[in-house]
Amino acid sequence: MPDTFFFAAEVMINGLMAGIMYSLVALGFVLIFKASGIFNYAQGVLALFAALTLVGLQDGQIPFSHVINAIFGTELHHFGWTLPAIVAIALTALVMVGMAIVIERYILKHLVNQEPIILFMATIGLAYFLEGLGDVLWGSDIKKMDVGLPQGISETIETVTYNWFGYGFFIDKLDIVAALVAAALVIALTLFSQYTKYGRALRAVADDHQAALSVGISLRFIWVLVWSIAGFVALVAGIMWGSKSGVQFSLSLIALKALPVLMLGGFTSIPGAIVGGLIIGMGEKLFEFAIGPMIGGATENWFAYVLALLFLVFRPQGLFGEKIIERV
Amino acid sequence: MNIQNPDGYTTADGREIGGVMMEMKNITLRFGGVAAITDISFDIRQGEIRAIIGPNGAGKSSMLNVISGFYVPQEGEVWFHGSRRPAMKPYQVAAQGIARTFQNIALFEGMTVLDNIMTGRLTQMKSGMLAQALWWGKAQAEETAHREKVEKVIDFLEIQHIRKTPVGRLPYGLKKRVELARALAAEPKLLLLDEPMAGMNVEEKEDMSRFILDVNDEFGTTIALIEHDMGVVMDLSDRVVVMDYGKKIGDGTPDEVRNNQAVIDAYLGVSHD
Repeated sequence: MPDTFFFAAEVMINGLMAGIMYSLVALGFVLIFKASGIFNYAQGVLALFAALTLVGLQDGQIPFSHVINAIFGTELHHFGWTLPAIVAIALTALVMVGMAIVIERYILKHLVNQEPIILFMATIGLAYFLEGLGDVLWGSDIKKMDVGLPQGISETIETVTYNWFGYGFFIDKLDIVAALVAAALVIALTLFSQYTKYGRALRAVADDHQAALSVGISLRFIWVLVWSIAGFVALVAGIMWGSKSGVQFSLSLIALKALPVLMLGGFTSIPGAIVGGLIIGMGEKLFEFAIGPMIGGATENWFAYVLALLFLVFRPQGLFGEKIIERV
Repeated sequence: MNIQNPDGYTTADGREIGGVMMEMKNITLRFGGVAAITDISFDIRQGEIRAIIGPNGAGKSSMLNVISGFYVPQEGEVWFHGSRRPAMKPYQVAAQGIARTFQNIALFEGMTVLDNIMTGRLTQMKSGMLAQALWWGKAQAEETAHREKVEKVIDFLEIQHIRKTPVGRLPYGLKKRVELARALAAEPKLLLLDEPMAGMNVEEKEDMSRFILDVNDEFGTTIALIEHDMGVVMDLSDRVVVMDYGKKIGDGTPDEVRNNQAVIDAYLGVSHD
């Protein structure tokens, strides 16, 4: 078989792996949108904030050190310790839960029964606030994240495929880990929502607020719960993206790539977020590979959005979304 | 039969009704300048079927929403089991053992009948977040126990054949029954039914009447229901409150109410001059 075929296959697989990263962000969007109808613009920033916090805690950075140094003329940077990755991750997860509580208490609680657009605007505000807070807390320099995930090209796969096909596939170990983690996350979320009382309460709230109240579900508790879970998913996304390309503020822009993913997969479907991510990831890599050279390249910047646009025209509810039928 | 006796009374068909379970004292509810309920007092006794009737717009649903915590009245007190209830959120009221159905059916359309009814058990479930999330033995055993309770309710209301059907696909009459099942699954002390027979055909109405009587009989559940159809209510209930334009115009046994001139006027209409 010709090498171009294998190269295309390799591009496709790498595209799928990149798509997993989009899916991880899209997952957080879907969770919040399903439970509360809020389009959470801040989901990408949540991932950034989680990644910043994780690195900061792990490296023992002093929070607000820039501000402290500027005011007092000190030269503080680090506490001088490093935490084990697992401890830092657990602490960051707690921070995300704390943030969910604060967000519910100081934002959502005051916006009950408001129009979706108002809540959307609130999340835009939240996004910029968190971005600024992350900057002030931990500094704006690009940070290296190392939580012990395997990095680099998997030699095993390269050797095995070379022996089989005469063509060695280059696949990043981190991408494989990301795929496994995403799969585990989706399974865990599905089990949680199907078979536990809180999962059932979550689905109930997503379906009908009033009925949920009448069976004894506290909406405020559910908001905190769902934002905590979304925060946790953001942490996972932050770890994966951070390990791949370093923790930098452009990380929050990946939220924008999650948008076409959602339009493909449907805003209310967890499997949709995954499949949408895979399609976008694979599609943009293959398109760049096949068509890119003919039209001058850089198609990855816009391919996802054009695909989303086509979907909006022909299947506005996405692949897995609920079709909205208005009875008259 | 002395229905004024505070310790209870015996109904015409021989059921023993206990003391006061819930008492509404001088409830007034306003929306802006419009008074939906004006200075209404009545009580609900242990084990009885209490009806609130009145023409459209009389304030019946508002009253039910006050009891279930969806509305907080501007004036008046709500007493439950001998103590004054502070202003509560609906989910707190539900946790106290007051379950309800809605006039326009509020079910979880995307979930199956079984899952819908299981949500009724939420107030009874004890195991914590972590145990639930990690599906530890205790949580699992608890889930099974709740499932058994739910199956009993399903048998009782004769909806075994639709257990796994998503609620959105069911016809109206069955939805009403599923909603009743969800409320019953909570094993409520007080069951509030908002127009349980609205929009039903004669056969469905008869079924629903039978279920309401059976629930009261079998589980001893106290029931407060709203209807505007006089005929249905008179056969079902032990005592009736009649409302009109947000005011109480009658309170007593069905027979007393039927012969009350104010009630007759409200229903048949009378020239106001």
